[in-house]
Amino acid sequence: MLQDILVTGLVNGGVYALLAIGFSLIFGVARIVNIAHTAFYMLAAYCFYTLLTKTGLGFVLSALISVGGVTVFSVLCYRLVIEPVREHEAAVLIATIALALIFQELMLFTFGGHFLGIPSTLEGAVRVLGVSIPYQRLLILVVAAAMLTLVWFVLYRTRLGLAIRATANDLEVANLMGMNVHRVAMISVAISVALAAVAGVVVAPVFVVDPFMWLAPLVTMLAIVVLGGLGSLKGSLIGALIIGYVEAITVFVLPAGAYLKGAVALLIMVAVLLARPEGLFGVAFEEER
Amino acid sequence: MYLLRRAWAELKNEIFVLPSRTLVLAWVVALLALPLVYGDPYVMRILTMTCIFAIFAASWDLLAGYTGQVNFGHALFFGAGAYASALLSLKLGLSPWATIWAGAAVALLFGFLVGYLCLRLRGSYLSLATLAFPLIALGLLFAFPDFSGGELGISGLRRLATTPMGNYYVAAVSMLAVVFGLWLLADSKFGIVLHAIRDDELAARASGINTLRYKMTVFAIAGAAAGFAGALFAHYIRVAGPSTLEVALSFQVVIWGVFGGLATIYGPVVAVFLLYPLTEWLGSFRAFGELRLLIFAIIVLLVLLFMPRGLTPWVRDRIETQCPRCKQRNGFWKRICRLCGAALQAEVPRAQRLVGHQ
Repeated sequence: MLQDILVTGLVNGGVYALLAIGFSLIFGVARIVNIAHTAFYMLAAYCFYTLLTKTGLGFVLSALISVGGVTVFSVLCYRLVIEPVREHEAAVLIATIALALIFQELMLFTFGGHFLGIPSTLEGAVRVLGVSIPYQRLLILVVAAAMLTLVWFVLYRTRLGLAIRATANDLEVANLMGMNVHRVAMISVAISVALAAVAGVVVAPVFVVDPFMWLAPLVTMLAIVVLGGLGSLKGSLIGALIIGYVEAITVFVLPAGAYLKGAVALLIMVAVLLARPEGLFGVAFEEER
Repeated sequence: MYLLRRAWAELKNEIFVLPSRTLVLAWVVALLALPLVYGDPYVMRILTMTCIFAIFAASWDLLAGYTGQVNFGHALFFGAGAYASALLSLKLGLSPWATIWAGAAVALLFGFLVGYLCLRLRGSYLSLATLAFPLIALGLLFAFPDFSGGELGISGLRRLATTPMGNYYVAAVSMLAVVFGLWLLADSKFGIVLHAIRDDELAARASGINTLRYKMTVFAIAGAAAGFAGALFAHYIRVAGPSTLEVALSFQVVIWGVFGGLATIYGPVVAVFLLYPLTEWLGSFRAFGELRLLIFAIIVLLVLLFMPRGLTPWVRDRIETQCPRCKQRNGFWKRICRLCGAALQAEVPRAQRLVGHQ
């Protein structure tokens, strides 16, 4: 059981980390609370499903096309819907909720409400320490690790990353230093949604695909982001692992654990917030006065 | 006769001078008179639900619009009221007329609890943390299905009145009472303090206002109003189910609030009265039945693109102008202020208007 907990926690934590880091990035740079974040994850899963089962493209090609397509689509949504109302925080919030609802209803209308299963990308399993890990879960882990390393590299080792971090730190000063903050915001939207889309594509074969699959990870992701500190990437990563393990432990140890896993994860978030209102790694409330 | 003439004078001087007040009066009269003219049970049903959700949306606005505590988990109070009232009336056999108040009281306690837990949180942290509370409650409900009925909820509740018209009047009258109560509260000195807390909490505290106590009070009041709505809802549809705690309901109330216009109380009510019947009406067409949520979301999105501050502030700016000197509002046809006589549209030379106000 211990091995099960270790593996499940790590895999779920990896997926959550992909989602939470993207959300954190978009919040840090553009101050958008993007409720539609996991809706893009759902869109990518559907896109992957359609390409895989209907057109007969290979796994790799369908995955690449879905991630790319969803990313381009998200930038379009950002330009058409979010950017015109950027000054009004409440309007941005509603716009993202409305977008998520629109995606959900469109998928419901096109594919119907039933669960869709995707054949496993990789068959078989490997035995590590006496517990068998399906290759698919291993793939999730590898992809998550690779994407996180890539994001780290982009953010901390390139000029673009420097611009993104500068904008997140202080938008006005970054603007005065000659950075095109609108473009930086757009690029971070693209990066963040690409991460969500990757998560959607890799988990699609493990979980089922349905139009409401965005709600549960949304709540968990928000809990992680708040737990780790809004806008803090390190916090999101560590928060994702914490919540991933907490959920795994609840499911395997407690009776009726499957019902309680969300509640326990959220209780931990509330407990952390009571002790440290800015989250584990958040900066104490900055200039937001 | 004297009283009649007095009432007419009041009406003319206080209500008909402003188009917005005339609209409110017309709406109240229409709401109360409608069942006498057109008592179709289907329409009654939709309007009853609309009234219940209007209470819910107005209570959210007091918390989020006025005080700036943007609550993403307002469904907690709705669900708490619904479940508390349902359990009391079913397990103890009390009359729903009594348990509704008990539901509101339980929601008030929940309001205190959430308010206490969130005292140190601000802005987005508060929004995202409050999202968690109804989901924690939902997890607990599912974990103890003997007590809560699990997925199915608690069914077999008694209604408040037996006829559709009776139920409608219960909902409509309580909606008017609660909404006008909240409106008065928000317009009073208390409401001004709430504005101050939203705009600058530190400055409000520096002015000697115990902001913590005010925030707790507002959470409790908004919770009680939402719980009251929840209890009415449970007794109207005769089920208190998990749907009263879902994320969808919490988001729905945020949409109503922002769509109608924040910090107005009447804005969310207007939004509910437009959007809820609209979605129901769309749902009644077979072709649109599956698309109604989609159409709803698209309408909300389009309206927000053109009126980012919400619907009612936009409309209000069209039909009324604010006096630059005394800040009173005037009908759009007035050229000078009805109270202080200042010119409303200052004669601005064309060139200057092009440059803008500098």
